[in-house]
Amino acid sequence: MDLKLDHHNEDRLTIVEVEGEIDVYTAPRLRELLIDLVNKGNFHLLVNMEKVDFLDSTGLGVLVGGLKRVRAHDGSLELVCTQERILKIFRITGLTKVFGIYASVDEAKEAHGKDK
Amino acid sequence: MATVELTFSALPAHVRTARLVATAIARRTGVEESLLDEVRLAVGEACSRAVEAHRAHCPGEPIRIELRDDSGRFEVTVSDHAPSDEIKQEQPLDLGMLSDSFMSNFGIAVIEGLADDVEVFPSPKGTNIRMSWPATNGA
Repeated sequence: MDLKLDHHNEDRLTIVEVEGEIDVYTAPRLRELLIDLVNKGNFHLLVNMEKVDFLDSTGLGVLVGGLKRVRAHDGSLELVCTQERILKIFRITGLTKVFGIYASVDEAKEAHGKDK
Repeated sequence: MATVELTFSALPAHVRTARLVATAIARRTGVEESLLDEVRLAVGEACSRAVEAHRAHCPGEPIRIELRDDSGRFEVTVSDHAPSDEIKQEQPLDLGMLSDSFMSNFGIAVIEGLADDVEVFPSPKGTNIRMSWPATNGA
């Protein structure tokens, strides 16, 4: 399955919807989107990965790159993910300590609101 | 022992094909369904790493995968021809440690976390990554 990307803004949060496979072939498109969003002043990103079928280290690298970019603007990049097979790669690499990972968009929005 | 060999050009688009072939053969060889995601991810990581290495050093050379059932194991070997640097890294602790060079080696860390048995043989002439999982059937 190819990669589908979409995004919309809710209050100060930009929600990035990702569907399909994030790998060495498709990850550059996600990287371009994240860079574009940051360049346009969107510094609080929430990446919804509930419809992601596959994620490899290339995809992790793109997410880390996005996190570095938003942090440079005192922003945030957090994730929505409950799929065990996707969460496993975050655990193996220790990135559960780097990203905020939520069970739903609403939960992430609520936590984000409390930080304000 | 049954063996399937696959060679492909160092193009990112072919990595998905390699993943799918490896998963199909793993299933046929009798690897448990619960391990198939690990096979898919580990083989994908090894192939992604090989593609990136070839694109940097020898883009015209093909990458080779051997998949075999051997004494109750499903074994996959991914071989490339790109000169290899040392690839061991420590686990990440914070964002500042996640340099680009570190991220490029994430694949090996992921494979080691996924495969039941992994051996990595880096050399100036290329890297072989051999990994295996328990299997119950002959292919």
